[in-house]
Amino acid sequence: MNLDLFLQYVVAGITYGTIYGIVAIGFNIIYNTTGIINFAQGEFVMLGGMTAVTLARVLPLPAAILVAVLVTTVVGALIEILFIRWLRHPSVLRMIVITIGLSILIREVALHIWGEGVRALPYFTGTSVTSIRLGGVYISPQVLWVVGISAVVVAILGGFFRYTLLGMQMRACAANRDAARLCGISAKNMVTLSFMLSAGIGALGGCIVSPITYVSYDSGVPLAIKGFTVAILGGLGNSAASAGAGMLLGILESFSVSVLPAAYKDVISVAILLVILFVRPSGLFGSAEVARLKEF
Amino acid sequence: MRKQGLQIAGFAAVVAAIQLATFLTGNVYHLTQLTMSAYYSLVVLGLCILTGYAGQISIGHAGFFAIGGYLSALLTTHNFSAHGGRVVSGLAAMGILARRPDLYGGELLTVHPWPACILAVFAAVAVAYAIGGPVLKLKGHYLAMATLGFGIIVYRIVLGTELVGAADGIYDVPAFPLLPGIAVSGKSSLRVMNYYVAWGFVILGMVFLMNLVRSRVGRALASIHGAEDAAEAMGIPTARYKLKIFVVSAAFAAVAGVLLTHYNGGIGPSESSVMKSVRYLAIVAIGGMANLWGALFMSLILNYLSLRGYFGSFDDAVFGVILILIMLFAHEGLLRRQLLDQIRGAVIRRGGGDDP
Amino acid sequence: MTLLSIRDVSRRFGGIQAVDNVSFDVPHGAITAVIGPNGAGKTTLFHLISGFLRPDRGSVVFGGAEILGLMPHQIAAKGMARTFQQTRLFPKMTVLENILVGRHLHSRGGFVACMLHLPFTRREERAVREAGREILEFLGLSGQADAEAVRLSYGQQRMVELGRALACEPRVLLLDEPAAGLNMRETAEMGRLISRIRERNVTILLVEHDMSLVMDISDEIVVLSYGQKIAEDVPSAIQRDPEVIRIYLGEGDA
Ligand SMILES: Nc1ncnc2c1ncn2[C@@H]1O[C@H](COP(=O)(O)OP(=O)(O)OP(=O)(O)O)[C@@H](O)[C@H]1O
Ligand SMILES: [Mg+2]
Repeated sequence: MNLDLFLQYVVAGITYGTIYGIVAIGFNIIYNTTGIINFAQGEFVMLGGMTAVTLARVLPLPAAILVAVLVTTVVGALIEILFIRWLRHPSVLRMIVITIGLSILIREVALHIWGEGVRALPYFTGTSVTSIRLGGVYISPQVLWVVGISAVVVAILGGFFRYTLLGMQMRACAANRDAARLCGISAKNMVTLSFMLSAGIGALGGCIVSPITYVSYDSGVPLAIKGFTVAILGGLGNSAASAGAGMLLGILESFSVSVLPAAYKDVISVAILLVILFVRPSGLFGSAEVARLKEF
Repeated sequence: MRKQGLQIAGFAAVVAAIQLATFLTGNVYHLTQLTMSAYYSLVVLGLCILTGYAGQISIGHAGFFAIGGYLSALLTTHNFSAHGGRVVSGLAAMGILARRPDLYGGELLTVHPWPACILAVFAAVAVAYAIGGPVLKLKGHYLAMATLGFGIIVYRIVLGTELVGAADGIYDVPAFPLLPGIAVSGKSSLRVMNYYVAWGFVILGMVFLMNLVRSRVGRALASIHGAEDAAEAMGIPTARYKLKIFVVSAAFAAVAGVLLTHYNGGIGPSESSVMKSVRYLAIVAIGGMANLWGALFMSLILNYLSLRGYFGSFDDAVFGVILILIMLFAHEGLLRRQLLDQIRGAVIRRGGGDDP
Repeated sequence: MTLLSIRDVSRRFGGIQAVDNVSFDVPHGAITAVIGPNGAGKTTLFHLISGFLRPDRGSVVFGGAEILGLMPHQIAAKGMARTFQQTRLFPKMTVLENILVGRHLHSRGGFVACMLHLPFTRREERAVREAGREILEFLGLSGQADAEAVRLSYGQQRMVELGRALACEPRVLLLDEPAAGLNMRETAEMGRLISRIRERNVTILLVEHDMSLVMDISDEIVVLSYGQKIAEDVPSAIQRDPEVIRIYLGEGDA
């Protein structure tokens, strides 16, 4: 393999990895405030992408993306309000099954709205053949959009959690629900907010990659499992590490295609998930001691 | 024990009554879907004991079903005559390989269904043993994700492998001669017999599992579900018990996979899809989690309705909705004694008025 | 004669030295109590002895054999049973069934035998139920045999947990605060029960905060504070030990 090809693989890996990172951050936001792993996380990405594609026919692209993100955010809020909010001390098993049910439901609704077809947004700048030469590699400008927008999102999110009152309240909830409630923070609203944030970010991710990866009603599950792999790889709840872990998985996956048939691509990333769960469930950067406490 | 015998006899009577009803109403072709429901019920029962009783969730049981079904299908359809060699002729002499005519008048040298079936179930059991150790150390979300991951791996492999027909799956799988005169086969002339064979397997499985539940081992499994550390303190080797019940439940799925594949004459990748695994889990949940009879009846009804196409294009959606509703409003399951008691209590209260 | 011998056992959690170089012997047939203020490391010590936690250092010898590093169920099989500070009854099981789980080590039917319901498992099951009912009789809970265990009063739940451990027919029984949360009448009842268990030739190691109970029934007392053993003696001597008095009185001021 020459250097150019090598770099080409890296770029492809980074593109996919960014999205895995975004899905992982979505997992983390909800996990941190509720202790729930939302199995429907991938569905937010699909929903965002599909809605934007439809809207892009009547609206200018930025407006279509904006509305798609808002719509998905509302869906996120509705899900929390209708299905999660009023449950009292639900068991882990129950939460798993409910979010799996929601994932099926969203997927089936999408199937009935949009059919089985594969769709994509137009490239934000240029077309699928436009490319920029950077060093020895040709990069689609869309890759720069994906990485750029994701970086901005991660930065804004970091700022939100660190500097805004709302963000700090959410963190307080994550650290200790009861204490936060005593300080007058509405834990329930924070949970709703975390579902909205997580849905919105997922939807945005779905919009920005759809020109490259395409989107169809059933693209949610693979994204969810890979996003979860990344979340575990980075240590559940640790969003900064997720971004890095996303790149790692994306690149591994992209190189796997050079040794194994492309049909087995998903096998690789899921196998990585299993291996991590077996040998280091605390993630690459987490401590084993902390992970043991999280054995819910 | 007496009660258990009566329950089984009652269920056998229901099975016979259904057959009689289809005969009298001239709906004999419904038996095909009812037979398929029976094999899916075997998977559900195995999962019920694992998830409902021992408390270990699995969202990957379609994977074990597929390992059984695919392996048996592959071995009984792959033509070995081209391979030649001493090994092949030796196997043929031992009766492991058997000659049979193909559809076009030629001759095939394939593995006899019996050794194929044994090998297929054995392979599923071996896989369950191998992954069960590390997987069952996990709890909660991690366990769910790991089993889901296993299911996805099996699905992706069968979907991506030409040898097993990729997206088309394997077809022209021969009938399975269980005993002289009894064959698992989709031939319409054997429809009634196969209906009874299939439900016979279910009843047999049910007897085994009911015995297990009411035994020392069953109590140990339930105690692992209830409080794993306390179970360990009582001297129960929790890791080994979890592994064993995982293997038992995988074996149920694999046997079902083998038999249904021979009944249908083929198997496709959708049998290993995540949605199938979720469906099995949904049925266990609807049946009441730790409730073998509930799971069995729900499996009979829902699989039958689904296979007959009553849910139309909303097939998966129906299971999704039921799953959510059950988990939201009756997460102990529908068919459970407490609920009946509650209803009875409500009725009595309304009727009696002065009940405390 | 020493049945259980704890030697230089230590365990650290992050910055906390929960158990610090503790050594003592549990004589056969006696009631030995471990006392100490909250957070002294008593429960951690129990977890170390019964195999639920691995110590950083030390050794535990039970009936002449090293048991450190064994799994909890292996230690249980050697004749050690325990209860938990927080009641750990099996929900969705009746009182009798809870007790029957305790008979696990005294029956053998495996997966296949149980699935086939072989004659020997039937005989075994009858014997197990017999033994279970005897234990209920001993606890005075025969009337509650078929009630769901977690629906009993708190005091009765603790009794069931004790009975479940007793069903293991252990050589040594570790009780972590058996009287915590019990009222005075129930505490007295629990004390009587523990004494009667000792009469059945069961060695008892006990953690308890209720001083009158401890002084009443124990033969030997070990005092822990901040993970360290600071005293070990007969009850009357412990009551007069200035260091122990300081710790217990000082705790109130802090
Ligand atoms: N799993 C753990 N992780 C971290 N710290 C722990 C853990 N278990 C116990 N500790 C700490 O070790 C110390 C000893 O705790 P332990 O529960 O053994 O005390 P105890 O004597 O049983 O107290 P109590 O009388 O309140 O039951 C405490 O400071 C506790 O916070
Ligand atoms: Mg304690």
